Amino acid sequence: MKLHEYQSKRVFAQYGVPIPPGKVATTPEEVEAIAREFGGPVAVKAQVLVGGRGKAGGIKLARTPGEAREVAKAILQMTIKGLPVRKVLVDPAVDIAHEIYLGITNDRAAKRPVLMASSEGGVDIEEVARRSPEKIAKVHIHPLLGLQAYQVRDVALRIDLPREQWRAFTKVAFGLWKAYQASDATLAEINPLVITAQGDLLALDGKMIVDDNALYRHPDLAEMRDLDAEDPTEVEARRYGLSFIKLDGDIGCMVNGAGLAMATMDIIKLYGGEPANFLDIGGGATAEKVAAAFRLILADPKVKAVLINIFGGITRGDEVARGILQAMEEVKPEVPMVVRLVGTNAEEGLALLQDADMITAQTLAEAAQKAVQVAKGGEA
Amino acid sequence: MSILVNKKSRVVVQGITGREGRFHTERMVAYGTQVVAGVTPGKGGEWVLDRIPVFDTVAAAVEATGADTSVIFVPARFAADAILEAADAGIRLVVAITEGIPVQDMMRVTTYLREKGTTLVGPNCPGLLTPGEAKVGIIPGNIAIPGHVGVVSRSGTLTYEVVYAMKLRGLGVSTTVGIGGDPVKGLDFIEVLRMFEEDPQTEAVVMIGEIGGSSEEQAAAFIRQHMSKPVVGFIAGQTAPPGKRMGHAGAIIEGGEGTAAEKIKALEAAQVPVARHPEEIADLLAEMLA
Repeated sequence: MKLHEYQSKRVFAQYGVPIPPGKVATTPEEVEAIAREFGGPVAVKAQVLVGGRGKAGGIKLARTPGEAREVAKAILQMTIKGLPVRKVLVDPAVDIAHEIYLGITNDRAAKRPVLMASSEGGVDIEEVARRSPEKIAKVHIHPLLGLQAYQVRDVALRIDLPREQWRAFTKVAFGLWKAYQASDATLAEINPLVITAQGDLLALDGKMIVDDNALYRHPDLAEMRDLDAEDPTEVEARRYGLSFIKLDGDIGCMVNGAGLAMATMDIIKLYGGEPANFLDIGGGATAEKVAAAFRLILADPKVKAVLINIFGGITRGDEVARGILQAMEEVKPEVPMVVRLVGTNAEEGLALLQDADMITAQTLAEAAQKAVQVAKGGEA
Repeated sequence: MSILVNKKSRVVVQGITGREGRFHTERMVAYGTQVVAGVTPGKGGEWVLDRIPVFDTVAAAVEATGADTSVIFVPARFAADAILEAADAGIRLVVAITEGIPVQDMMRVTTYLREKGTTLVGPNCPGLLTPGEAKVGIIPGNIAIPGHVGVVSRSGTLTYEVVYAMKLRGLGVSTTVGIGGDPVKGLDFIEVLRMFEEDPQTEAVVMIGEIGGSSEEQAAAFIRQHMSKPVVGFIAGQTAPPGKRMGHAGAIIEGGEGTAAEKIKALEAAQVPVARHPEEIADLLAEMLA
């Protein structure tokens, strides 16, 4: 789960990372009042869960409260990469002497967290990593020992941080590490971490991604989930324990297992079709779950055919078949359906579907070819 | 011969009295696996299938039955504890089926297990199947026949698809290893490839990868340098868009890395033929072994 900038920064602040005393607003009038309260120039920053806000014009400086209201009005009407801006963060503007990057993420190959810093902050760090990887200092953190002070000094030295800032930098690094660890984050990032004209360190931006699997032990973070900022069909899918991603094609897919679901999308493409979605109904799919999956797929008017590919292991073919029949009664689909059932109780499942108006297939290749044909209006 | 599990493996099921644990214990026993004990805290003294004793702790189970392999069905929030318990009780091989274990838990667990010398498979995996000998996990036993092809995969049902297509062509399996779809896990491709390279029964290997991470690229480098046996590959997720997590916690293309195209390129550079769809793997194998 991604947190907004203002949420991430508040979490960081709880662990001792200095942040600007910003406030969140949803209307231009509120923004004006906040700017008046701060009494100087402010930054008005769109709160959306995508990168590249600055480039899209979602971050603006304003010298006066009136100007703050005007830029807020514009920003609150924006849609950035498909996401409408509903909130802005208003921070007092800062005199910046230098910008650095500091982040902690999981290095899956090393099976450890990795702390990364660069003297080139404020820009796209992935771009820096591609262009000049030597400008990023990395250090792995032992999961059982945690971050060590010498590791922070090592990083500070490697990014040429002036010695006067080492003490403050250590405090920020440890704060970030504690926030990362205590929140079960998979990413905690400050970009930029600025050195102000007065020589202080300040986290000007913040980004945090929390491990969905650990939200059960962080009810405070789980509450921060911004459902308005997510795709409603994906929210609906999560409610039923389904994994669903909407794509652009016209062949709906319902598959058990993530790897097989991806392979099914790929084979549709291989035979000249376009998948309309990724959908994993998971193991042990019940009839209710299958019905919910069906509704999700058929809610998309672009869908011209549905391919159901179930390899029964824990999932039983007869149960899936019952779910399909139940869903067909509810949804009354008008698009052709291609079904392939293999594995546990597949024969029982196929027998149940015999009277339903469906196209069956033996192999995955055959199923995909038939789905592509009928989606193009042909005969299977 | 085979790798990791065989008919001599003495298996303890952690979470044996739960719905999944009980169901799959029955399947494992029916397949011929030696399930010698179960563990559920608070249920010590009970029996499952009238013949498998249940213990409160793994240590007690190991002491009483000599179990050397554990399979874990406990819910995600208790799974890290269960894996550590198995390692501390002297279990040699832990197979974690559980899905949804927090990744920071897994980083601590894998670090500790490496120090203990305990082998971990998974989590979020279908487990292991050595056809004709034993199955430890949830892979349906009847979809594969004994043979000489080692299979290693990040995905569950996709593996079923592949070994079933192999069976239809008369191609048997030495051992199937589901390493799981999580970003931080126990055995990865390289370790399993090395085991297959050293296993006399295994003559060829199928490696099934997917988008996300760089395990497949590392495996490709390993194959080029260290494998004498032929390898056939498959990568799922060629049509997956970047930034979207495709079900598995590990299956996400981030920062332009972990794409199917990069992985396929790396494998082909290591002389590994890559199938265009799962059933084609069986065709490529048949050609190669002909």
